[in-house]
Amino acid sequence: MARMMPLDEAVRQNLRPGDTAAFEGFTHLIPTAAAHEAIRQKIGNLTLIRMTPDVVYDQMIGMGLVKKLVFSYAGNPGVGLLRRMRDAVENGWPQAVEVEEHSHAAMANAYEAGAAGLPCAIFRGYRGAELARVNPNIKSVTCPFTGEQLAAVPAIRPDVTFIHAQKADRKGNVLVEGIIGIQKEAALAARRTVVTVEEIVDDFSNAHPNLCILPHWTIDAISLVPGGAHPSYAHGYYARDNAAYLEWDEVSADRERFQAWMEENVLNAAPQDFANRVEKLRTAQ
Amino acid sequence: MTRQDFTPNEMMTIAASRALTSEDVCFVGIGAPSAACNVARLTHAPDITLIYESGTIGTAPDVLPLSIGDGELCETALTTVSVPEMFRYWLQGGRVSIGFLGAAQLDRFGNINTTVVGDYDKPKVRLPGGGGAPEIATSSGQVYITMAQSKRGMVEKIDFYTSFGHGDGGNHRQRLGIDTKGPTLLITDLAIWQPDPETKEFTVVSLHPGVTREQVQETCGWTVKFADRLEETPPPTPLELSTLRDLKARTERAHKGAEAPGARKGSKDG
Repeated sequence: MARMMPLDEAVRQNLRPGDTAAFEGFTHLIPTAAAHEAIRQKIGNLTLIRMTPDVVYDQMIGMGLVKKLVFSYAGNPGVGLLRRMRDAVENGWPQAVEVEEHSHAAMANAYEAGAAGLPCAIFRGYRGAELARVNPNIKSVTCPFTGEQLAAVPAIRPDVTFIHAQKADRKGNVLVEGIIGIQKEAALAARRTVVTVEEIVDDFSNAHPNLCILPHWTIDAISLVPGGAHPSYAHGYYARDNAAYLEWDEVSADRERFQAWMEENVLNAAPQDFANRVEKLRTAQ
Repeated sequence: MTRQDFTPNEMMTIAASRALTSEDVCFVGIGAPSAACNVARLTHAPDITLIYESGTIGTAPDVLPLSIGDGELCETALTTVSVPEMFRYWLQGGRVSIGFLGAAQLDRFGNINTTVVGDYDKPKVRLPGGGGAPEIATSSGQVYITMAQSKRGMVEKIDFYTSFGHGDGGNHRQRLGIDTKGPTLLITDLAIWQPDPETKEFTVVSLHPGVTREQVQETCGWTVKFADRLEETPPPTPLELSTLRDLKARTERAHKGAEAPGARKGSKDG
């Protein structure tokens, strides 16, 4: 049952050292504020799952909180590579990170299998692809009806999933709009789900009947964090901060500059700072 | 030959755009493929269906997206579906006629590496990875590839098979049970290439205006094969060129506009 609470409390109650956690968002609605709160609370030894780890996972890896990363595309979107992740993978700084790499199709199917309560996902994929050689979690099965060889990967079942959404209503039902990505599957696949939202409205009574809504009883905690997806965007609220992604390429290129930036912008900041960060990016509603 | 009023990259994008038609359903990779697909849509292929892996179907962006999930793609799309639906129903379901990919490393058989340079467990450079490409390469009806030529990019042997093209050539796809055509077209900044019908090795079939065979060979890591009847790519038309340039100018203005606030001094962007 969804309970409204401040973000620091939501993270403290739902994320534990050693957890398998997904902070999902497919270039849109990335739960940056929740990830920053996890960094401030120094919750480490995490196995992080995400289809498209970008700046926030780069930050968590650079702060030494990550033991293992499960992913399908690790890049700074529109800019290039993730420099903190590269430093960890190539040089073991600040600590080595174990990598389990998939394709998007595999991760999407694996989340869906998790949400569907299945042990694994079966799909037509990885044909001729070398990831199947280096990732022991990519196997194949034979269709019992046609004999076709299909790929199989284990279902994703995070201990906790964090997502950012546009709206919650007073009861704690959550609405996601625009590029909805993998958020619904990631939330339903997890044992616990935490949602940060742009705003809380009275109810969704006039909403279109086919909107993507997570009922309140599928969610554990909701925190109101306007701007909480910055530097990604929230459809209908604010635009993507492209300059921040470019800036990250420079900040993350140097270990000391990275640490100073994290000190100033994450460790000594608070969830309410996000509202200011998106002020000039707000779109007309 | 008089001095040309277009760049090799413009020629590449425009040559790539010409390969697309209004009947195509095209799964668009970011970067060069995205520009080519939108030039096609804005010129000779107004009814082309463009699909981006973030779930947007039938999208018609006014400016080029920086990432595959920009808001512009969703706002101009016919519909936006979830990512699992995108990969299951639309790509795996066989609804995509053309997968349009870029490449960090490419070999002569159209195999693509976007995973690592060097050994997988001890990489020299850790690249972003495959994303949607491994399945785009095998589930799309056919695959077009576009990239600027360089010896680092077009190599004798790729370090990692992220996305399968024609493997070792010949009927390697069929031997793996892959029933789609795979790479059928490669458009670079210097030439148009097609696979040999038998060996499946990419062969230059058309040189862009003013380009020599030597230039193509100097920027390619394998020994280049040229078709017996080598054609010259028609230069960009004024309409193609102005469409591409307007699109790029709109894109630059739009992304600069969005950048301005975050770029202010002392911003605490996370």
